[in-house]
Amino acid sequence: MTTSEIVLVGVLALLGAGLYGLLITRNLIKVVIALQILVKGGLLALVAAGEASGQTNLGQSLAMTVIVADTVVAVVGLALAIQARRLLGTLDLKALSNLRG
Amino acid sequence: MIIACLVVGAAICAVLAIRATRLLSAALWLAGVSALVAIALYELGAQQVAVIELSVGAGLVTVLFVFAISIAGDDAMTARSPISRRLAVSLIGLFAALLGWMVLPLDAPESATAAEATFSTLLWEDRALDVLVQLVLIFCGVLSMLGILQDTHISARQETLEAAVPDERFSGNGHHSPEPLTDTPPVETVPEEVHA
Repeated sequence: MTTSEIVLVGVLALLGAGLYGLLITRNLIKVVIALQILVKGGLLALVAAGEASGQTNLGQSLAMTVIVADTVVAVVGLALAIQARRLLGTLDLKALSNLRG
Repeated sequence: MIIACLVVGAAICAVLAIRATRLLSAALWLAGVSALVAIALYELGAQQVAVIELSVGAGLVTVLFVFAISIAGDDAMTARSPISRRLAVSLIGLFAALLGWMVLPLDAPESATAAEATFSTLLWEDRALDVLVQLVLIFCGVLSMLGILQDTHISARQETLEAAVPDERFSGNGHHSPEPLTDTPPVETVPEEVHA
């Protein structure tokens, strides 16, 4: 097994853990954590693909964009969670999805 | 071998982050995932991104998580998701099998590219538009976060105004109430004069 294949198996594990977290959790902050784990898997896959195709720097530059987008998603998601907790008193996604108006 | 240990450690940390009942421990396990992924990136030859991931992913984002958890509270939620664990595990297994079947084994690289451009050249020249879009994304994120958090100040002001207005009305009634009392004595005095 080559290095890239080993990394891709790890990427599969990270993506699986992140998707499992998205499916199973109802806490808003935990959802952001699951999204972060998913993005870490994508990041590792980009660099591994670049390394496997001999274009490591291209993979790095793409991974840089992913890190920026990932951080923005985390910031906005956490701000939403803080507001939901302040205004509604809960972080439960089911209670939030039942909101009307 | 080192990279296999790093990847397995990252996967274990990810599973522990998902299974943790306390939010703070989940955030710390996530920091572990970020740190191990950063070291794996370094081992793969992506040094610049590894440093950025270590400082931003394992540092800044973890601090943000701890800050948000300290504000929102570290409540352990016992409510279960409508999706059963068995269904979720079987779906994830199906996903991993399909993706692994599509991706693995990797094809050999077609041909070694001649003199790949450096990271800075690729980022600042070849992908200059993407860098601009990243800047726009950062500003959009900051503005949206400010907009989301500004609602509390507005709602807090509205609450204080709403709390202040009934008090004024109540005090207005209080001012109005003595006036009939002051009006009544002349009414009472008139019959006295009549009696006199």
